[in-house]
Amino acid sequence: MFRSLSNFDGGLFDEFRRLERDMEQLFGSGPWPNGIRSVARGTYPPINIGSTPEQVDVYLFAAGLNTESLDISIQKNLLTIDGERRLITEEGATYFRRERFDDAFHRIVSLPDDVDPEKVDASYRDGVLRITIQRREAARPRQIEVK
Amino acid sequence: MTEKKDVKAQGSSALSEGGAGERPIRMPVDIFEDEGGITVLADMPGVSRERLDVQIDNNTLSIQGRTEVTMPAGMEALYADVRSTLYQRSFALSSELDGGKADASLKDGVLALRIPKREEHKARKIEVRTA
Repeated sequence: MFRSLSNFDGGLFDEFRRLERDMEQLFGSGPWPNGIRSVARGTYPPINIGSTPEQVDVYLFAAGLNTESLDISIQKNLLTIDGERRLITEEGATYFRRERFDDAFHRIVSLPDDVDPEKVDASYRDGVLRITIQRREAARPRQIEVK
Repeated sequence: MTEKKDVKAQGSSALSEGGAGERPIRMPVDIFEDEGGITVLADMPGVSRERLDVQIDNNTLSIQGRTEVTMPAGMEALYADVRSTLYQRSFALSSELDGGKADASLKDGVLALRIPKREEHKARKIEVRTA
């Protein structure tokens, strides 16, 4: 389930980030500094990032994507995703709402320092693009046996 | 009149799970009309066919879906734009639309819903005869 990724239970720090985000939404940017690569709410596509000791997963919520339009690259710990979603306009129809994203997009994600740029895997399912980047062996917690 | 479309999930209980305080995502939609009816396109990434629920009841169209994304056990969130697993939106329909003949399909997280107009409401071209 995705629940564990959308429910933060990281305590005070996450609570503060949530508050900061809510404040930003209400009053625009506050006096506090934002993350250098943080983006305005509503930037397309929305991204969630999760990690385990073995890997980092980046999820892009981009429905109806033509995967051939995607250009994913990684340099050290910076993941860049370029793509576009172009919608077909129904000729002769009357549009009441046009809320869906129809443009090119570009997102840069900064990952933990220990990711291995050689071991990246991407898949697309039900409108979610999942990019999995393995972490380096040395960075993983090691069980030390006591003899 | 209650219509349950064929895309209905295993029952609404499957969709109402989760925290009571979870604020649903109001997903973006495109809505357009042509001679034959109205088409609704909704972006619901992460929702599979089994977790999508489209209902037309008393001229109200309700769209609901829950994301299900497989991920490794013990994953911790580093960053999240998406803070809810529930999509929800509803629209009031007008009476000339035939909810009973609605047709829904889902591909790559895009719901396409077509609601045709009732036959008697379709515009008819009236020929003018010359005497």
